[in-house]
Amino acid sequence: MRLAGFFALAAGVIALPVLFPNNYFVIVVGIAAGLHVILAVGLNLLMGYAGQISLGHAAFFGIGAYASAILTTRYAWPALLALAAGLVVAGVIAWLLARPILRLRGHYLAMATLGFGVIAHVIMVQATHWTGGPDGLTGIPPLNFLGWSVNNDLHGYGVVAAAMLLAIWLSLNIVDSRVGRALRALRGSEFAAQMLGIDTSRAKTQVFVASALFAAFAGSLFAHQQGFVSPDSFNLTVSVELVTMVVLGGLASTYGAACGAIALTLLHQGLVVFEDYEMLIHGALLMAVMIFLPQGLFVGLSQAARWAWRTARGMTP
Amino acid sequence: MGLAHGARHDALTAPLLAVEGLEQSFGGVMALAGVSFQVPAGLIYAVIGPNGAGKTTLFNALCGFYAPSAGSIRFEGSELLGLPPCRIAARGVTRTFQNLQLFFTMTVLENVMVGCHLRARTGLLAAALRLPRVRREERQLRAWAHEALELCELADRAAQPAGTLPYGLMKRVEIARALAAKPRLLLLDEPAAGLNDTETFALRDLIARIRAAGVTVLLVEHHMPLVMSVSDHLLVLDYGSVLAEGTPADIQADARVISAYLGGAVQYAV
Repeated sequence: MRLAGFFALAAGVIALPVLFPNNYFVIVVGIAAGLHVILAVGLNLLMGYAGQISLGHAAFFGIGAYASAILTTRYAWPALLALAAGLVVAGVIAWLLARPILRLRGHYLAMATLGFGVIAHVIMVQATHWTGGPDGLTGIPPLNFLGWSVNNDLHGYGVVAAAMLLAIWLSLNIVDSRVGRALRALRGSEFAAQMLGIDTSRAKTQVFVASALFAAFAGSLFAHQQGFVSPDSFNLTVSVELVTMVVLGGLASTYGAACGAIALTLLHQGLVVFEDYEMLIHGALLMAVMIFLPQGLFVGLSQAARWAWRTARGMTP
Repeated sequence: MGLAHGARHDALTAPLLAVEGLEQSFGGVMALAGVSFQVPAGLIYAVIGPNGAGKTTLFNALCGFYAPSAGSIRFEGSELLGLPPCRIAARGVTRTFQNLQLFFTMTVLENVMVGCHLRARTGLLAAALRLPRVRREERQLRAWAHEALELCELADRAAQPAGTLPYGLMKRVEIARALAAKPRLLLLDEPAAGLNDTETFALRDLIARIRAAGVTVLLVEHHMPLVMSVSDHLLVLDYGSVLAEGTPADIQADARVISAYLGGAVQYAV
Protein backbone atom coordinates (compact mmCIF):
# COMPACT_ATOMS: atom_id res chain seq x y z
CA MET A 1 0.00 0.00 0.00
CA ARG A 2 1.21 3.43 -0.96
CA LEU A 3 0.99 5.07 2.47
CA ALA A 4 1.93 2.07 4.66
CA GLY A 5 5.23 3.66 5.73
CA PHE A 6 3.44 6.91 6.46
CA PHE A 7 0.96 5.30 8.83
CA ALA A 8 3.72 3.35 10.57
CA LEU A 9 5.57 6.63 11.13
CA ALA A 10 2.42 8.34 12.41
CA ALA A 11 1.89 5.49 14.89
CA GLY A 12 5.49 5.83 16.08
CA VAL A 13 5.14 9.58 16.55
CA ILE A 14 2.01 9.12 18.67
CA ALA A 15 3.51 6.20 20.62
CA LEU A 16 6.63 8.09 21.73
CA PRO A 17 5.09 10.45 24.31
CA VAL A 18 2.77 7.63 25.48
CA LEU A 19 5.68 5.26 26.06
CA PHE A 20 7.78 7.97 27.71
CA PRO A 21 5.32 10.21 29.60
CA ASN A 22 6.71 13.46 30.95
CA ASN A 23 10.07 12.73 29.42
CA TYR A 24 11.65 16.11 28.72
CA PHE A 25 14.27 14.66 26.39
CA VAL A 26 11.76 12.87 24.12
CA ILE A 27 9.57 15.93 23.80
CA VAL A 28 12.26 18.55 23.25
CA VAL A 29 14.42 16.44 20.96
CA GLY A 30 11.24 15.27 19.22
CA ILE A 31 10.28 18.87 18.43
CA ALA A 32 13.76 19.64 17.08
CA ALA A 33 13.76 16.45 15.00
CA GLY A 34 10.27 17.16 13.66
CA LEU A 35 11.27 20.64 12.47
CA HIS A 36 14.39 19.23 10.86
CA VAL A 37 12.31 16.61 9.08
CA ILE A 38 10.10 19.33 7.54
CA LEU A 39 13.20 21.21 6.37
CA ALA A 40 14.95 18.13 5.00
CA VAL A 41 11.87 16.76 3.24
CA GLY A 42 11.36 20.11 1.51
CA LEU A 43 15.01 20.45 0.53
CA ASN A 44 14.96 16.87 -0.75
CA LEU A 45 12.29 17.79 -3.29
CA LEU A 46 14.76 20.26 -4.76
CA MET A 47 18.00 18.30 -4.29
CA GLY A 48 17.01 14.68 -4.35
CA TYR A 49 14.32 14.76 -7.00
CA ALA A 50 15.02 17.77 -9.20
CA GLY A 51 18.80 17.46 -8.77
CA GLN A 52 19.36 21.15 -7.95
CA ILE A 53 21.45 22.16 -4.95
CA SER A 54 20.73 24.90 -2.42
CA LEU A 55 23.41 25.87 0.06
CA GLY A 56 21.33 28.75 1.39
CA HIS A 57 18.22 26.99 2.57
CA ALA A 58 18.55 28.22 6.14
CA ALA A 59 17.63 31.66 4.71
CA PHE A 60 14.07 30.50 3.98
CA PHE A 61 13.91 28.87 7.43
CA GLY A 62 14.92 32.28 8.80
CA ILE A 63 12.47 34.21 6.64
CA GLY A 64 9.60 32.17 8.04
CA ALA A 65 10.87 32.56 11.58
CA TYR A 66 11.48 36.31 11.35
CA ALA A 67 8.17 36.95 9.59
CA SER A 68 6.39 35.32 12.49
CA ALA A 69 8.59 37.03 15.06
CA ILE A 70 8.33 40.54 13.61
CA LEU A 71 4.62 40.46 12.79
CA THR A 72 3.57 39.10 16.18
CA THR A 73 5.89 41.13 18.42
CA ARG A 74 5.89 44.47 16.59
CA TYR A 75 2.48 44.49 14.94
CA ALA A 76 0.55 42.17 17.24
CA TRP A 77 -0.66 39.96 14.40
CA PRO A 78 -2.28 36.67 15.40
CA ALA A 79 0.27 33.85 15.21
CA LEU A 80 -1.49 31.85 12.48
CA LEU A 81 -1.78 34.93 10.27
CA ALA A 82 1.91 35.66 10.80
CA LEU A 83 2.73 32.08 9.80
CA ALA A 84 0.71 32.49 6.61
CA ALA A 85 2.46 35.80 5.89
CA GLY A 86 5.82 34.09 6.37
CA LEU A 87 4.85 31.52 3.73
CA VAL A 88 3.83 34.25 1.29
CA VAL A 89 7.03 36.26 1.80
CA ALA A 90 9.28 33.20 1.44
CA GLY A 91 7.33 32.02 -1.59
CA VAL A 92 7.61 35.38 -3.36
CA ILE A 93 11.33 35.72 -2.62
CA ALA A 94 11.97 32.16 -3.82
CA TRP A 95 9.99 32.82 -6.99
CA LEU A 96 11.88 36.04 -7.76
CA LEU A 97 15.18 34.31 -7.10
CA ALA A 98 14.43 31.09 -8.97
CA ARG A 99 14.50 32.24 -12.60
CA PRO A 100 17.95 33.86 -12.59
CA ILE A 101 19.49 31.42 -10.11
CA LEU A 102 18.23 28.12 -11.53
CA ARG A 103 19.71 28.86 -14.94
CA LEU A 104 23.01 28.04 -13.27
CA ARG A 105 24.25 24.51 -12.89
CA GLY A 106 26.50 22.57 -10.55
CA HIS A 107 29.11 24.63 -8.72
CA TYR A 108 27.70 27.92 -9.98
CA LEU A 109 24.27 27.15 -8.57
CA ALA A 110 25.91 26.12 -5.29
CA MET A 111 27.80 29.44 -5.15
CA ALA A 112 24.71 31.51 -5.97
CA THR A 113 22.55 29.85 -3.31
CA LEU A 114 25.41 30.13 -0.84
CA GLY A 115 25.58 33.86 -1.59
CA PHE A 116 21.87 34.20 -1.02
CA GLY A 117 22.16 32.45 2.34
CA VAL A 118 24.99 34.73 3.42
CA ILE A 119 23.15 37.89 2.34
CA ALA A 120 20.01 36.83 4.20
CA HIS A 121 22.07 36.18 7.32
CA VAL A 122 23.80 39.57 7.06
CA ILE A 123 20.40 41.28 6.82
CA MET A 124 19.19 39.43 9.92
CA VAL A 125 22.25 40.66 11.82
CA GLN A 126 22.40 44.20 10.44
CA ALA A 127 18.77 45.30 10.06
CA THR A 128 18.62 45.85 13.79
CA HIS A 129 15.53 48.02 13.61
CA TRP A 130 13.49 45.11 12.23
CA THR A 131 15.26 42.00 13.42
CA GLY A 132 16.74 43.07 16.72
CA GLY A 133 20.21 42.46 15.31
CA PRO A 134 22.51 39.77 16.76
CA ASP A 135 20.41 39.61 19.95
CA GLY A 136 17.33 38.64 17.99
CA LEU A 137 13.71 39.03 19.03
CA THR A 138 12.04 37.75 22.16
CA GLY A 139 8.49 37.47 23.40
CA ILE A 140 7.05 35.70 20.35
CA PRO A 141 3.65 34.30 21.37
CA PRO A 142 2.89 30.60 20.90
CA LEU A 143 0.60 29.40 18.11
CA ASN A 144 -3.06 29.72 18.86
CA PHE A 145 -5.81 27.74 17.15
CA LEU A 146 -9.18 29.42 17.81
CA GLY A 147 -8.34 29.95 21.46
CA TRP A 148 -6.38 26.69 21.98
CA SER A 149 -2.93 27.96 22.77
CA VAL A 150 0.14 25.80 22.25
CA ASN A 151 1.57 26.77 25.59
CA ASN A 152 3.32 23.65 26.83
CA ASP A 153 5.91 21.30 25.40
CA LEU A 154 3.55 18.37 24.89
CA HIS A 155 1.18 20.55 22.84
CA GLY A 156 4.19 21.83 20.94
CA TYR A 157 5.24 18.27 20.23
CA GLY A 158 1.74 17.49 18.95
CA VAL A 159 1.67 20.50 16.62
CA VAL A 160 5.17 19.88 15.25
CA ALA A 161 4.42 16.17 14.82
CA ALA A 162 1.22 16.95 12.90
CA ALA A 163 3.08 19.50 10.75
CA MET A 164 5.84 16.99 10.07
CA LEU A 165 3.36 14.30 9.02
CA LEU A 166 1.64 16.87 6.78
CA ALA A 167 4.99 17.73 5.16
CA ILE A 168 5.79 14.07 4.56
CA TRP A 169 2.34 13.40 3.13
CA LEU A 170 2.60 16.38 0.76
CA SER A 171 6.05 15.30 -0.35
CA LEU A 172 4.98 11.70 -0.99
CA ASN A 173 2.06 12.98 -3.06
CA ILE A 174 4.20 15.34 -5.11
CA VAL A 175 6.84 12.72 -5.86
CA ASP A 176 4.30 10.16 -7.03
CA SER A 177 2.54 12.48 -9.46
CA ARG A 178 2.87 14.06 -12.88
CA VAL A 179 4.83 16.92 -11.31
CA GLY A 180 7.16 14.63 -9.37
CA ARG A 181 7.85 12.47 -12.40
CA ALA A 182 8.66 15.62 -14.39
CA LEU A 183 11.19 16.62 -11.69
CA ARG A 184 12.83 13.21 -11.68
CA ALA A 185 12.85 13.30 -15.48
CA LEU A 186 14.67 16.62 -15.64
CA ARG A 187 17.25 15.27 -13.21
CA GLY A 188 17.70 12.21 -15.45
CA SER A 189 17.97 14.07 -18.75
CA GLU A 190 16.94 17.68 -19.07
CA PHE A 191 16.94 17.48 -22.89
CA ALA A 192 14.72 14.40 -23.00
CA ALA A 193 12.36 15.98 -20.46
CA GLN A 194 12.02 19.06 -22.66
CA MET A 195 11.36 16.92 -25.72
CA LEU A 196 8.44 15.34 -23.88
CA GLY A 197 6.92 18.76 -23.35
CA ILE A 198 8.17 19.50 -19.83
CA ASP A 199 8.92 23.18 -19.33
CA THR A 200 12.03 22.51 -17.26
CA SER A 201 12.70 26.06 -16.07
CA ARG A 202 9.10 26.32 -14.88
CA ALA A 203 9.37 22.96 -13.12
CA LYS A 204 12.58 24.03 -11.37
CA THR A 205 11.02 27.32 -10.29
CA GLN A 206 8.01 25.52 -8.86
CA VAL A 207 10.03 23.05 -6.85
CA PHE A 208 12.34 25.79 -5.57
CA VAL A 209 9.32 27.72 -4.32
CA ALA A 210 7.82 24.57 -2.81
CA SER A 211 10.98 23.73 -0.90
CA ALA A 212 11.23 27.35 0.31
CA LEU A 213 7.64 27.07 1.60
CA PHE A 214 8.48 23.90 3.55
CA ALA A 215 11.45 25.73 5.12
CA ALA A 216 9.45 28.88 5.96
CA PHE A 217 6.71 26.73 7.49
CA ALA A 218 9.29 25.06 9.75
CA GLY A 219 10.73 28.51 10.54
CA SER A 220 7.41 29.91 11.75
CA LEU A 221 6.72 26.85 13.87
CA PHE A 222 10.22 27.16 15.31
CA ALA A 223 9.75 30.84 16.22
CA HIS A 224 6.39 30.29 17.91
CA GLN A 225 7.65 27.19 19.68
CA GLN A 226 10.83 28.81 21.07
CA GLY A 227 9.36 32.25 21.65
CA PHE A 228 12.72 33.63 20.59
CA VAL A 229 14.76 33.93 17.38
CA SER A 230 18.30 35.07 16.62
CA PRO A 231 20.43 35.02 13.44
CA ASP A 232 22.55 32.14 14.75
CA SER A 233 19.77 29.67 14.01
CA PHE A 234 19.87 30.54 10.28
CA ASN A 235 23.53 30.82 9.37
CA LEU A 236 25.62 28.96 6.81
CA THR A 237 26.32 26.08 9.20
CA VAL A 238 22.60 25.38 9.38
CA SER A 239 22.32 25.37 5.58
CA VAL A 240 25.16 22.87 5.37
CA GLU A 241 23.54 20.74 8.09
CA LEU A 242 20.33 20.62 6.07
CA VAL A 243 22.18 19.45 2.97
CA THR A 244 23.95 16.86 5.13
CA MET A 245 20.62 15.54 6.41
CA VAL A 246 19.32 15.02 2.88
CA VAL A 247 22.49 13.36 1.64
CA LEU A 248 22.95 11.30 4.81
CA GLY A 249 19.41 9.93 4.66
CA GLY A 250 19.70 9.12 0.98
CA LEU A 251 18.86 11.39 -1.94
CA ALA A 252 15.56 11.06 -3.76
CA SER A 253 13.58 9.46 -0.95
CA THR A 254 11.13 11.29 1.31
CA TYR A 255 11.64 8.78 4.12
CA GLY A 256 15.38 8.95 3.52
CA ALA A 257 15.40 12.71 4.11
CA ALA A 258 13.27 12.27 7.24
CA CYS A 259 15.60 9.53 8.43
CA GLY A 260 18.66 11.75 7.87
CA ALA A 261 17.06 14.64 9.75
CA ILE A 262 16.19 12.48 12.75
CA ALA A 263 19.60 10.77 12.76
CA LEU A 264 21.52 14.04 12.68
CA THR A 265 19.34 15.58 15.41
CA LEU A 266 19.89 12.56 17.67
CA LEU A 267 23.59 12.54 16.87
CA HIS A 268 23.95 16.12 18.05
CA GLN A 269 22.13 15.32 21.28
CA GLY A 270 24.02 12.09 21.84
CA LEU A 271 27.44 13.59 21.24
CA VAL A 272 27.01 16.44 23.71
CA VAL A 273 28.49 14.17 26.41
CA PHE A 274 31.79 14.08 24.50
CA GLU A 275 32.11 17.87 24.86
CA ASP A 276 35.31 18.94 23.05
CA TYR A 277 35.37 15.84 20.89
CA GLU A 278 31.81 16.29 19.65
CA MET A 279 32.61 17.76 16.23
CA LEU A 280 35.42 15.28 15.67
CA ILE A 281 33.19 12.25 16.28
CA HIS A 282 30.37 13.90 14.36
CA GLY A 283 32.56 14.29 11.27
CA ALA A 284 34.01 10.80 11.54
CA LEU A 285 30.54 9.24 11.76
CA LEU A 286 29.33 11.17 8.70
CA MET A 287 32.35 10.02 6.74
CA ALA A 288 31.80 6.43 7.81
CA VAL A 289 28.16 6.51 6.71
CA MET A 290 29.05 7.96 3.32
CA ILE A 291 31.82 5.40 2.80
CA PHE A 292 29.91 2.32 3.93
CA LEU A 293 26.34 3.32 3.05
CA PRO A 294 26.80 5.50 -0.05
CA GLN A 295 23.09 5.36 -0.85
CA GLY A 296 22.32 6.87 2.51
CA LEU A 297 21.04 5.66 5.86
CA PHE A 298 17.55 4.79 4.72
CA VAL A 299 18.48 2.48 1.84
CA GLY A 300 21.51 1.13 3.70
CA LEU A 301 19.61 0.30 6.88
CA SER A 302 16.61 -1.19 5.10
CA GLN A 303 18.94 -3.43 3.11
CA ALA A 304 20.69 -4.45 6.31
CA ALA A 305 17.33 -5.15 7.97
CA ARG A 306 16.21 -7.25 5.01
CA TRP A 307 19.46 -9.18 5.10
CA ALA A 308 19.14 -9.76 8.85
CA TRP A 309 15.53 -10.89 8.43
CA ARG A 310 16.44 -13.35 5.69
CA THR A 311 19.39 -14.69 7.66
CA ALA A 312 17.27 -15.10 10.78
CA ARG A 313 14.54 -16.89 8.83
CA GLY A 314 17.10 -19.10 7.13
CA MET A 315 18.45 -20.25 10.47
CA THR A 316 15.13 -21.31 12.01
CA PRO A 317 14.40 -24.92 11.02
CA MET B 1 -14.52 30.27 -56.31
CA GLY B 2 -10.97 29.79 -57.43
CA LEU B 3 -9.46 31.16 -54.24
CA ALA B 4 -11.57 29.18 -51.79
CA HIS B 5 -11.11 26.03 -53.78
CA GLY B 6 -7.39 26.61 -53.97
CA ALA B 7 -7.11 27.12 -50.21
CA ARG B 8 -8.93 23.88 -49.52
CA HIS B 9 -6.78 22.10 -52.02
CA ASP B 10 -3.67 23.41 -50.24
CA ALA B 11 -4.93 22.27 -46.86
CA LEU B 12 -5.49 18.78 -48.18
CA THR B 13 -2.13 18.35 -49.82
CA ALA B 14 0.02 20.57 -47.60
CA PRO B 15 2.89 18.54 -46.14
CA LEU B 16 2.94 17.78 -42.42
CA LEU B 17 6.46 19.20 -42.21
CA ALA B 18 7.99 21.68 -44.63
CA VAL B 19 11.64 22.65 -44.15
CA GLU B 20 12.93 25.56 -46.25
CA GLY B 21 16.53 26.68 -46.65
CA LEU B 22 17.62 25.57 -43.19
CA GLU B 23 21.12 26.74 -42.26
CA GLN B 24 23.12 25.89 -39.18
CA SER B 25 26.80 26.65 -38.70
CA PHE B 26 29.20 25.90 -35.89
CA GLY B 27 32.09 28.35 -35.86
CA GLY B 28 32.37 28.65 -39.63
CA VAL B 29 31.52 25.02 -40.40
CA MET B 30 28.22 24.79 -42.26
CA ALA B 31 26.57 21.73 -40.72
CA LEU B 32 23.38 22.49 -42.65
CA ALA B 33 23.80 24.55 -45.80
CA GLY B 34 20.28 25.40 -46.89
CA VAL B 35 18.37 22.14 -46.51
CA SER B 36 14.85 22.01 -47.94
CA PHE B 37 12.43 19.08 -47.98
CA GLN B 38 8.81 18.24 -47.30
CA VAL B 39 7.37 15.34 -45.36
CA PRO B 40 3.77 14.43 -46.27
CA ALA B 41 1.60 13.06 -43.46
CA GLY B 42 1.45 9.30 -43.03
CA LEU B 43 4.85 8.50 -44.49
CA ILE B 44 7.95 6.82 -43.18
CA TYR B 45 10.56 9.30 -44.34
CA ALA B 46 14.22 8.44 -43.91
CA VAL B 47 17.22 10.74 -43.83
CA ILE B 48 20.49 9.04 -44.72
CA GLY B 49 24.03 10.14 -45.45
CA PRO B 50 27.62 9.63 -44.36
CA ASN B 51 28.74 10.49 -40.82
CA GLY B 52 28.97 14.25 -40.42
CA ALA B 53 26.48 14.87 -43.21
CA GLY B 54 24.26 16.83 -40.82
CA LYS B 55 21.54 14.30 -39.98
CA THR B 56 21.64 14.66 -36.21
CA THR B 57 22.15 18.43 -36.58
CA LEU B 58 18.98 18.47 -38.66
CA PHE B 59 17.07 16.63 -35.90
CA ASN B 60 18.42 18.94 -33.20
CA ALA B 61 17.38 21.95 -35.27
CA LEU B 62 13.91 20.51 -35.92
CA CYS B 63 13.23 19.92 -32.23
CA GLY B 64 14.45 23.32 -31.04
CA PHE B 65 17.71 22.28 -29.44
CA TYR B 66 19.73 24.37 -31.89
CA ALA B 67 18.85 27.83 -33.20
CA PRO B 68 19.38 27.70 -36.99
CA SER B 69 20.69 30.94 -38.52
CA ALA B 70 18.35 30.90 -41.50
CA GLY B 71 15.41 29.06 -42.97
CA SER B 72 12.02 27.96 -41.78
CA ILE B 73 10.46 24.85 -40.28
CA ARG B 74 6.73 24.74 -40.80
CA PHE B 75 4.78 22.02 -39.05
CA GLU B 76 1.08 21.73 -39.93
CA GLY B 77 1.42 25.19 -41.44
CA SER B 78 2.85 27.00 -38.42
CA GLU B 79 6.44 27.99 -37.76
CA LEU B 80 8.48 25.97 -35.27
CA LEU B 81 11.72 27.93 -35.64
CA GLY B 82 12.51 29.86 -32.47
CA LEU B 83 10.28 27.79 -30.19
CA PRO B 84 11.89 26.00 -27.21
CA PRO B 85 11.82 22.16 -27.29
CA CYS B 86 8.95 21.88 -24.83
CA ARG B 87 6.72 24.07 -27.02
CA ILE B 88 7.66 22.10 -30.12
CA ALA B 89 6.73 18.90 -28.28
CA ALA B 90 3.40 20.50 -27.41
CA ARG B 91 2.77 21.07 -31.14
CA GLY B 92 3.03 17.31 -31.73
CA VAL B 93 6.68 16.61 -32.55
CA THR B 94 8.76 14.34 -30.36
CA ARG B 95 11.88 12.23 -30.73
CA THR B 96 14.20 9.52 -29.52
CA PHE B 97 17.94 9.95 -29.10
CA GLN B 98 20.99 8.44 -30.71
CA ASN B 99 22.65 8.32 -27.28
CA LEU B 100 20.09 6.99 -24.83
CA GLN B 101 18.41 9.72 -22.79
CA LEU B 102 16.33 7.46 -20.58
CA PHE B 103 15.41 8.27 -16.99
CA PHE B 104 17.46 5.33 -15.75
CA THR B 105 16.40 5.28 -12.09
CA MET B 106 12.69 5.40 -12.90
CA THR B 107 10.70 2.31 -13.85
CA VAL B 108 9.78 1.59 -17.45
CA LEU B 109 6.17 2.53 -16.67
CA GLU B 110 7.23 5.82 -15.05
CA ASN B 111 9.43 6.66 -18.03
CA VAL B 112 6.48 6.19 -20.35
CA MET B 113 4.19 8.09 -17.98
CA VAL B 114 6.57 11.06 -18.29
CA GLY B 115 5.88 10.72 -22.00
CA CYS B 116 2.19 11.37 -21.23
CA HIS B 117 3.10 14.70 -19.59
CA LEU B 118 1.44 16.84 -22.24
CA ARG B 119 -1.80 14.88 -22.15
CA ALA B 120 -2.39 15.67 -18.46
CA ARG B 121 -2.87 18.85 -16.46
CA THR B 122 -2.16 18.19 -12.77
CA GLY B 123 -0.19 21.06 -11.23
CA LEU B 124 2.00 21.16 -8.15
CA LEU B 125 -0.68 22.17 -5.65
CA ALA B 126 -3.27 19.67 -6.85
CA ALA B 127 -0.61 16.95 -6.86
CA ALA B 128 0.53 17.81 -3.32
CA LEU B 129 -3.04 17.53 -2.03
CA ARG B 130 -3.76 14.48 -4.22
CA LEU B 131 -7.22 15.72 -5.11
CA PRO B 132 -9.73 13.17 -6.47
CA ARG B 133 -9.25 14.47 -10.00
CA VAL B 134 -5.51 13.87 -9.66
CA ARG B 135 -6.16 10.21 -8.81
CA ARG B 136 -8.46 9.90 -11.81
CA GLU B 137 -5.84 11.45 -14.04
CA GLU B 138 -3.14 9.12 -12.67
CA ARG B 139 -5.28 6.11 -13.59
CA GLN B 140 -5.78 7.55 -17.07
CA LEU B 141 -2.04 8.16 -17.50
CA ARG B 142 -1.29 4.61 -16.40
CA ALA B 143 -3.73 3.28 -18.99
CA TRP B 144 -2.21 5.44 -21.75
CA ALA B 145 1.30 4.39 -20.77
CA HIS B 146 0.26 0.73 -20.90
CA GLU B 147 -1.11 1.25 -24.41
CA ALA B 148 2.26 2.57 -25.57
CA LEU B 149 4.03 -0.30 -23.79
CA GLU B 150 1.75 -2.85 -25.50
CA LEU B 151 2.48 -1.31 -28.89
CA CYS B 152 6.21 -1.63 -28.22
CA GLU B 153 5.87 -5.12 -26.68
CA LEU B 154 7.22 -3.97 -23.33
CA ALA B 155 4.19 -4.59 -21.12
CA ASP B 156 5.93 -7.34 -19.11
CA ARG B 157 8.79 -4.95 -18.22
CA ALA B 158 6.61 -2.14 -16.84
CA ALA B 159 7.73 -2.39 -13.20
CA GLN B 160 11.45 -2.79 -13.90
CA PRO B 161 13.86 0.14 -13.43
CA ALA B 162 14.71 1.33 -16.94
CA GLY B 163 18.46 1.27 -16.21
CA THR B 164 18.42 -2.51 -15.64
CA LEU B 165 17.08 -3.42 -19.10
CA PRO B 166 19.23 -4.80 -21.91
CA TYR B 167 20.32 -2.15 -24.41
CA GLY B 168 17.88 -3.14 -27.14
CA LEU B 169 14.91 -2.84 -24.78
CA MET B 170 16.11 0.52 -23.48
CA LYS B 171 15.97 1.82 -27.01
CA ARG B 172 12.41 0.53 -27.29
CA VAL B 173 11.44 2.23 -24.01
CA GLU B 174 12.54 5.52 -25.59
CA ILE B 175 10.23 4.86 -28.51
CA ALA B 176 7.35 3.94 -26.19
CA ARG B 177 7.97 7.07 -24.14
CA ALA B 178 7.91 9.26 -27.24
CA LEU B 179 4.74 7.55 -28.52
CA ALA B 180 2.99 8.09 -25.18
CA ALA B 181 3.06 11.81 -26.00
CA LYS B 182 0.71 11.06 -28.95
CA PRO B 183 2.94 12.88 -31.46
CA ARG B 184 1.89 13.48 -35.04
CA LEU B 185 5.53 13.46 -36.09
CA LEU B 186 8.03 11.12 -34.46
CA LEU B 187 11.76 11.62 -35.03
CA LEU B 188 13.77 8.42 -34.60
CA ASP B 189 17.53 9.05 -34.34
CA GLU B 190 19.40 5.85 -35.27
CA PRO B 191 16.97 3.45 -33.59
CA ALA B 192 18.82 0.39 -34.94
CA ALA B 193 22.30 1.39 -33.74
CA GLY B 194 23.60 -1.32 -31.44
CA LEU B 195 20.77 -3.74 -32.13
CA ASN B 196 21.29 -7.32 -33.32
CA ASP B 197 19.55 -8.73 -36.41
CA THR B 198 16.53 -10.11 -34.55
CA GLU B 199 16.01 -6.82 -32.72
CA THR B 200 16.40 -4.86 -35.96
CA PHE B 201 13.80 -7.07 -37.62
CA ALA B 202 11.41 -6.44 -34.71
CA LEU B 203 12.16 -2.72 -34.98
CA ARG B 204 11.08 -2.73 -38.62
CA ASP B 205 7.71 -4.19 -37.62
CA LEU B 206 7.42 -1.67 -34.79
CA ILE B 207 8.06 1.29 -37.13
CA ALA B 208 5.40 -0.07 -39.48
CA ARG B 209 2.95 -0.40 -36.57
CA ILE B 210 3.70 3.17 -35.50
CA ARG B 211 2.86 4.43 -38.99
CA ALA B 212 -0.30 2.29 -38.98
CA ALA B 213 -1.27 4.03 -35.73
CA GLY B 214 -1.31 7.31 -37.66
CA VAL B 215 2.09 8.73 -36.69
CA THR B 216 4.35 10.12 -39.40
CA VAL B 217 7.91 8.91 -38.90
CA LEU B 218 11.11 10.78 -39.73
CA LEU B 219 13.99 8.33 -39.46
CA VAL B 220 17.76 8.82 -39.34
CA GLU B 221 19.44 5.47 -39.78
CA HIS B 222 22.63 3.85 -41.09
CA HIS B 223 21.28 0.30 -41.32
CA MET B 224 20.56 0.24 -45.06
CA PRO B 225 18.54 -2.99 -45.25
CA LEU B 226 16.19 -1.55 -42.60
CA VAL B 227 15.99 1.88 -44.24
CA MET B 228 15.37 0.49 -47.73
CA SER B 229 12.70 -1.95 -46.58
CA VAL B 230 10.74 0.28 -44.22
CA SER B 231 10.87 3.76 -45.81
CA ASP B 232 8.47 5.27 -48.31
CA HIS B 233 10.78 8.12 -49.18
CA LEU B 234 14.44 8.96 -48.64
CA LEU B 235 16.43 12.15 -48.32
CA VAL B 236 20.19 11.88 -48.78
CA LEU B 237 22.34 14.50 -47.06
CA ASP B 238 26.01 15.10 -47.79
CA TYR B 239 28.10 17.95 -46.39
CA GLY B 240 24.98 19.62 -45.05
CA SER B 241 23.17 19.73 -48.38
CA VAL B 242 20.53 17.60 -50.02
CA LEU B 243 22.29 15.24 -52.42
CA ALA B 244 19.20 13.39 -53.63
CA GLU B 245 15.72 12.38 -52.67
CA GLY B 246 13.21 9.85 -53.86
CA THR B 247 11.89 6.35 -53.29
CA PRO B 248 14.25 3.62 -52.08
CA ALA B 249 14.47 2.31 -55.64
CA ASP B 250 15.36 5.77 -57.02
CA ILE B 251 18.05 6.27 -54.41
CA GLN B 252 19.66 2.89 -54.93
CA ALA B 253 19.89 3.67 -58.64
CA ASP B 254 21.33 7.16 -58.11
CA ALA B 255 24.97 7.28 -59.19
CA ARG B 256 25.83 10.26 -56.96
CA VAL B 257 24.44 8.58 -53.85
CA ILE B 258 26.28 5.37 -54.63
CA SER B 259 29.61 7.14 -54.94
CA ALA B 260 29.06 9.41 -51.92
CA TYR B 261 27.58 6.95 -49.51
CA LEU B 262 26.31 3.54 -50.50
CA GLY B 263 29.55 2.59 -52.22
CA GLY B 264 29.55 0.26 -55.19
CA ALA B 265 26.58 -1.37 -56.85
CA VAL B 266 24.96 -2.87 -53.77
CA GLN B 267 21.35 -3.98 -53.98
CA TYR B 268 19.29 -4.05 -50.84
CA ALA B 269 16.28 -6.28 -50.45
CA VAL B 270 13.14 -4.19 -50.54
